[in-house]
Amino acid sequence: MEINGEFLEESVRELRQYFRSGSTRSVTWRKNQLTALLDLVHKNEDAISESLYQDLGKHPVEAFRDEIGAIGKSATYSLSCSDIPLLFFPAKGEVLAEPLVLALDPLIGAIAAGNVVVIKPSEQAPACSSFLANTIPRYLDSNAIRVIEGGAAVSQQLLLQKWDKIFFTGSPRVARFVMSAAAKNLTPVTLELGGKCPAILDSLTNPSDFKLAVKRIVGGKWGPCSGQACIGIDYVLVEEKVSSHLVELLKKIVRRFYGDNPLESKVISRIVNKQNFTRLCNLLKDPLVAASIVHGGSVEEKHLFIEPTILLDPPLDADVMTEEIFGPLLPIITVNKIGESIEFINSRPKPLAIYAFTKDETLKRRILTETSSGSVTFNDTMVQFLCDTLPFGGVGQSGFGRYHGKYSFDTFSHEKAVMHRSLCLEIEPRYPPWSKFKLEFLRLAYKLNYFGLLLHILGLKRYK
Amino acid sequence: MESLQKKVVFDGEAASMMMKELRGSFGSGKTRSYEWRVSQVKALLKMVTDNEKQIIDALLSDLAKPPLETVVYEIGMFKNSCEVILKELKQWMKPEKVKTSISTFPSSAEIVPEPLGVVLVISAWNYPILLSLDPVVGAIAAGNAVVLKPSEIAPATSSLMAKLLAEYMDNSCVRVVEGAVDETTALLDQKWDKIFYTGNGRVGRIVMAAAAKHLTPVVLELGGKCPAVVDSDVNLQVAARRLISGKWGLNNGQACVSPDYVITTKDFAPKLVDSLKTELENFFGKNPLESKDISRIVNHNHFARVAKLLDDEKVSDKIIHGGEKDESKLRISPTLLLDVPHDSLIMGEEIFGPLLPIITVNKLEESFDLINSRTKPLAAYIFTNNKKLKEQFVKNVSAGGMLVNDIALHLIVPTLPFGGVGDSGTGSYHGRFSFEAFTHKKAVLYRGFGGDASLRYPPYTETKQRVMKALVSGGILSIIAALLGWSSKA
Repeated sequence: MEINGEFLEESVRELRQYFRSGSTRSVTWRKNQLTALLDLVHKNEDAISESLYQDLGKHPVEAFRDEIGAIGKSATYSLSCSDIPLLFFPAKGEVLAEPLVLALDPLIGAIAAGNVVVIKPSEQAPACSSFLANTIPRYLDSNAIRVIEGGAAVSQQLLLQKWDKIFFTGSPRVARFVMSAAAKNLTPVTLELGGKCPAILDSLTNPSDFKLAVKRIVGGKWGPCSGQACIGIDYVLVEEKVSSHLVELLKKIVRRFYGDNPLESKVISRIVNKQNFTRLCNLLKDPLVAASIVHGGSVEEKHLFIEPTILLDPPLDADVMTEEIFGPLLPIITVNKIGESIEFINSRPKPLAIYAFTKDETLKRRILTETSSGSVTFNDTMVQFLCDTLPFGGVGQSGFGRYHGKYSFDTFSHEKAVMHRSLCLEIEPRYPPWSKFKLEFLRLAYKLNYFGLLLHILGLKRYK
Repeated sequence: MESLQKKVVFDGEAASMMMKELRGSFGSGKTRSYEWRVSQVKALLKMVTDNEKQIIDALLSDLAKPPLETVVYEIGMFKNSCEVILKELKQWMKPEKVKTSISTFPSSAEIVPEPLGVVLVISAWNYPILLSLDPVVGAIAAGNAVVLKPSEIAPATSSLMAKLLAEYMDNSCVRVVEGAVDETTALLDQKWDKIFYTGNGRVGRIVMAAAAKHLTPVVLELGGKCPAVVDSDVNLQVAARRLISGKWGLNNGQACVSPDYVITTKDFAPKLVDSLKTELENFFGKNPLESKDISRIVNHNHFARVAKLLDDEKVSDKIIHGGEKDESKLRISPTLLLDVPHDSLIMGEEIFGPLLPIITVNKLEESFDLINSRTKPLAAYIFTNNKKLKEQFVKNVSAGGMLVNDIALHLIVPTLPFGGVGDSGTGSYHGRFSFEAFTHKKAVLYRGFGGDASLRYPPYTETKQRVMKALVSGGILSIIAALLGWSSKA
């Protein structure tokens, strides 16, 4: 079927009509859809894992932890909460969600809030995209939820339509384009972008703490999609005096997790496509950057594989330190004192997440109050994603708006203010013709000066 | 001496420099302290209290606004905002502890509010004091540095605010930039951490498009055609007076929440019209063009715009009251129109003036479709004692805010968010919502070094997969089962 402007306009018209019919507003419908979504995920675990493996070489455990399990948990949480009176938060209408890998999480929020939804999955993960396009219609109400596949041309067409909200996950470059298009229709947007998420590693005196921190850093760098995650660690900041120890430990742990031949290990994802593979290779081509490689660096074009690579103090003006890496290269930046990390981070765009491994309460306080980021996690990586009570979203270049848990529901809802008054009990001074008496009355009323009001009405108060 | 001064042009370079200074001030951390914020809020309070007369005079000059309207709506409402902030700010600034689940055990979590940084407030001309200072005080309460660009269409108020804010506020963090399109463009080219715009949809689109270049989040307080549905079971006199006060009593209909048009039943319309005519005379006398108790039209552009709506030949025979114009005084008398065609000019755009079309329907339920067929308004009103009708109205009509049996008062309630939806805008403010509009709520998770589960890490095994499943789904029983080697096959 050709996806052109006409087709999309027709689809949007049909969706709007269905929304107007009121079907999506009932709690029953929303619960049914969320249950169906849970069903979809549970019954198709293997197919999902397979698609993720095809698109990204993702290992099933990683797939479960980061995708399947997370979606299941989100949907279950939403279901348990949907007894909240939803009538006070009427739905917004249609919503366009354009996630890369996180296709279903925003969908849950949109459904819970009673909207009709169009999802445009990323074309960079084609197996996942077609999985969604084929499976969603089998489980969910196609009158309300549609999947439209395609690339930039289709996105452009979609953005020409008038949506009630657009939820975008991706890069700042495309986000600008999405928001500009949204501006034409005054469509509110949520932008979940990325950034260079730093991990500050303090010199922990307890060696087993330090080891654990490094282990978590490895898990937080290459664990999620080989570094291709918006909240994955981008680079590490550490004091010069412990940097060599850090490098040693990193090498050891990388070898333990991924074996001597990571490509063979099958537990680490590959790069999503040729374009990103080339981009990452180019980051390493800079001679000064290449010179800073202390581990890894080898690439395998046929399988789009880049092994876990560690860089020690690459030049700060190289691309690898000015753009979001989104790949398996880990720069280690050394500072004299760990407190300098704060200024380092602040001189760069605000990231989606800041990770800090430290037991120093003063440093924790400083990081919290002196830096700005979507979120801060102390002594771990990534897990804030699992906490449904915490809002997930960026600030500055890492985006705006948030979701997860109730925030997903709120993101796709309009909080309508409703006030009820009765027609009895009139207050004359509200109305013209105006007089000094009425002015003074209202002045006193505003100040909640009831006694003064009483005196005033009785004619006992003096006024200017 | 003033005539010797060259007019300082606020261009891109000036904007850039100002931005640099403000970022420096914000970076120094001074706006973050509770003490600084409170001192600035108190300064604003003192500013409007000490200068009430000048404010009244400025609004008389810009809009012929009756002093009572100024005192109540501009100064009074703003003072209330300040009082609410002074009372609640400490509470708002506190981090909010949130529960964590077993998936991240052991851990603790909180949401920490932090200022966005340097923000821009672009204000409107109809309530130039309130719509400038209300967002500004919200920005300050949230700990930001702020630039205000007041509307040039209310010049006396604009220059009064520029003068007073410079005198009373911390100039290293709070600035006013006066001007029109050029100055606004220069401001919009800068990278702000938030832009708060009050005005119309046309400029709203321009603001959002400019914000998009820097991925700057926006609050857009726009307008729309706010409908007022009137049932026949109401106390007619009270309803009529409230309608009049909410229409002509609010800056002569030039308010974003004024009832734009009325919908009532064919049977009830004559009674409503009679009551409106009577009360209009009670309020504004037999010669409303001369009444000092009603604002004038702001300027010739808007006068021409509103006059055109009346001159539309589709409505010429629908005028049932008023319709007099005096261009020299920029006044149009309170005008009622009955059953104008739906494709007339007056029903095609927000009136923002003293004309009130009354549309009749057979049954009041028809009004819902009528309203929903248009773009979503900032406010929707209904006058009725019928409980079911009220419920249906609230449920089926989408608007920024709603008020049953009165007009505009929902703005005064600091616990209600004030903002639009769809074409009437995005985001909201007032009370706590003002603080939140200019705040980033940062998620913070605290973990320790104990309790690390190797199952998180490769090499991955069947057991790890099983336990991971259980852990992520969060069920304590399934976790135990998994750890003990039992699995529940899906």
